[in-house]
Amino acid sequence: MAETVLSMNHINKSFGGVPVLKNVDFSIKKGSIHALVGGNGAGKSTLMKIMTGVYSCDNGTVTVNGEEKKITNPNIARDSGIRMIFQELSLIPTLSVVENIFLNHEIKKGAFVDKKEMNAKAQELLDEIGVKVDVNKRVGNLEIGICQLIEIAKALSSAFSVLIMDEPTASLTEEETQNLFQIMRNLQKKGASIVYISHRLKEVLEISDEITVLRDGEVIRTDSNSAFSMESLIGDIIGKNEASDFEYIEREGQILDEVMLRVENLSWEENHNKISFEVKKGEVVGLVGLLGSGRTEIVEALFGIRKHKGTQIYVDGKEVRIRNVQDAVENGIALIPEDRRTQGLTLTHSIMDNTILPNLKQLTKGGFLHLKHCRQMSEECISEFNVKANGVNDMMLNLSGGNQQKVVIGKWFATEPKVILMDEPTAGVDIGAKTEIIELIRRFVERQKSVVFISSELSEVLGVCDRVIVLKDGGITQEIRRSTIHNEEELQHAVQA
Amino acid sequence: MLFKRDGILKKNAGFDITKYMVYIIFIIAVVIFSLWLGGTFFSLSNILNITRQTAMISIMAVGMVFVISTGGIDLTVSGIVPVAGLMAGILLEKTGNIFLAVAVPLAIGCVVGMINGAFITYMALPPFLMTLGMQFALKGVAMWISNTKAVPIYNQTFNNIFGYGSIFGIPVLLIWTIAFVILGFIMLRYLPYGRKTLAVGGNKTAAKYSGIDTNKIIIKTYMFSGFCAAVAALLYAGRTQSAKYTYGENDEMSIIAAVVLGGTAMTGGTGSIVGAFVGSMLMGMINNGLVMGGLGVAQQKIIRGLIIIAAVTLSNIAEHRKKKA
Repeated sequence: MAETVLSMNHINKSFGGVPVLKNVDFSIKKGSIHALVGGNGAGKSTLMKIMTGVYSCDNGTVTVNGEEKKITNPNIARDSGIRMIFQELSLIPTLSVVENIFLNHEIKKGAFVDKKEMNAKAQELLDEIGVKVDVNKRVGNLEIGICQLIEIAKALSSAFSVLIMDEPTASLTEEETQNLFQIMRNLQKKGASIVYISHRLKEVLEISDEITVLRDGEVIRTDSNSAFSMESLIGDIIGKNEASDFEYIEREGQILDEVMLRVENLSWEENHNKISFEVKKGEVVGLVGLLGSGRTEIVEALFGIRKHKGTQIYVDGKEVRIRNVQDAVENGIALIPEDRRTQGLTLTHSIMDNTILPNLKQLTKGGFLHLKHCRQMSEECISEFNVKANGVNDMMLNLSGGNQQKVVIGKWFATEPKVILMDEPTAGVDIGAKTEIIELIRRFVERQKSVVFISSELSEVLGVCDRVIVLKDGGITQEIRRSTIHNEEELQHAVQA
Repeated sequence: MLFKRDGILKKNAGFDITKYMVYIIFIIAVVIFSLWLGGTFFSLSNILNITRQTAMISIMAVGMVFVISTGGIDLTVSGIVPVAGLMAGILLEKTGNIFLAVAVPLAIGCVVGMINGAFITYMALPPFLMTLGMQFALKGVAMWISNTKAVPIYNQTFNNIFGYGSIFGIPVLLIWTIAFVILGFIMLRYLPYGRKTLAVGGNKTAAKYSGIDTNKIIIKTYMFSGFCAAVAALLYAGRTQSAKYTYGENDEMSIIAAVVLGGTAMTGGTGSIVGAFVGSMLMGMINNGLVMGGLGVAQQKIIRGLIIIAAVTLSNIAEHRKKKA
């Protein structure tokens, strides 16, 4: 029986009278990878923020290495050997790799920074986790996958007992993910305990020793990995017993022969592949491919964000010119962008301020905004898309990821577009919201509209797309009808090919 | 309604002290000065006096709210004031045509703002440097076209409309101020343009991804700020019946202080016209109170500086508390 490194007992926490954690027990064994899963708003982040001293709990105890600790600020958590790697990387882009790793605990020689020693130590740490990178390079010039690993090196640069990783694989490719898992296993062998938070259940089942499921602020189940299956894990998270992957559902609306969007000879700056494809009315077309395959670039070009040349674009049979976003919107194209925080929303503004933004024209009467209609539109958005919020004046910042994404989708649905381009619309949202978003797409195309759907989660692609276009290095390699794909593995092979 | 940060509606619809901080500080200042100086301070004539003295700052603050709420800053206003004022004076002297003497300065304000905005957006210049450079250049122009001499204005119609006269006992300066506060309030809250401005300041990328021409919006904010500065120039000219290259000197800092005191964040994304107006009145009241209290110029400056720091500190403390809660 392995000893317990850290245990949290009977943790309660409320915000403004609303309980977020209810009597939560959570303990981590030495040398174990402990996955923490649950939908958005289940309380995972709150629990971790209590562990790292960002919040303090209303009552309950935290014991580290057998000693009860009052973790009232992040420094105490640090001194207790608790480290966290954040979802939004906390590296400073203008500093070098080594400067980032030793930020705030620089190695000193007298009053001065010992550059030599720091370089050597940093190199050692990076070697240990198998990263090849020049330690004097500026972090801003590095790829995101590398940055993630530098974050880990930073966490390792001082002694620790518990490492918390929040969605570390969200922006990693499959290969980088496997590499990260290898690093995690090595750390584990050295006796480190890791808390692993992720929405990617396959990965959770692959890497973790133990799994704790949170739902609505309560621990639903804590058990060793072998006690869980994909089905039972999903069941525990969403609280329904029968849960399967997204199955392809025949829709009521037909796919018409008429073409809604036709793209010919699309090329952009570094890409001269002259991509051509079409999307019919009532059809969902998936764009799949690895990171850097050109998925995002294609939809950005069609939405007027990325400069493109020599392209002919036809919407609903009419040739259109798209030089900027305004052109795209006017011609009935909408984009749900890849990153809702930076591209989709103004987080410090209200739901209403966000939803009306692309719809200002239709909400203006005689030059003035019709405030009543503005309110109505966002109220409809909240009710129609099942956004969990107190009202239209809620700040976006206070909504969970899934609800934020539903507002992004809602604001574009309100523009009544003909084609919606969706770039990873389900990234970082919980499984409940995911299912709802997939359902929204189905309902949308039933009205003879069209969707271009990008997702790294192939099960979703198979669940909603009628046709799949496989991309590699900025060109189309294959076009497959959904009906001819039997399972996810087949599609995965096509992507990896 | 009046006391909301226009446009940005926050969670917790209940009482939110940070939104009202500038008003609370304003009331505290009124009470302190009234106790110190007695009835003379709180008399109608002195209050009217304060609004007259702060009219130009208040009007320019309306324009500045738009610039700052996009995350920008406009230091050029104190360069536009002397140039626009002198143009009005010179045109009145040479042609006697009031229409020209009003239209040309206003056009100058807009064009200068457009140039500022164009460089800031298309050439990606930092707003601080661009508008500072333009301020220097315009101050030079003002000295040059006036030969550093004051230009007297004898046209009484002009002087009456802009600054000297009053309607039903209400000074025109007050009327101009209120008109601009209402205009700014409506623009920010009830026009699509206001929403777009706040959206650009809140998250420029998201605004662009929502189909907003962000460059156009930003350029318009500098144009409007320039326009407001030109109006202020006419009021300076009318009020003093003259124009001089020193008019408007250092105004930009008072304006920025008023806007920020009023609850408009320098990082962009929020804006409050009414708050800026109250902030401007607060500054004017402090100036007035200190003069009436018999303090010397040096002491006035010291106290004014400290009060600004104290006021912003107070509202930041309240903001911080709220975030922690």
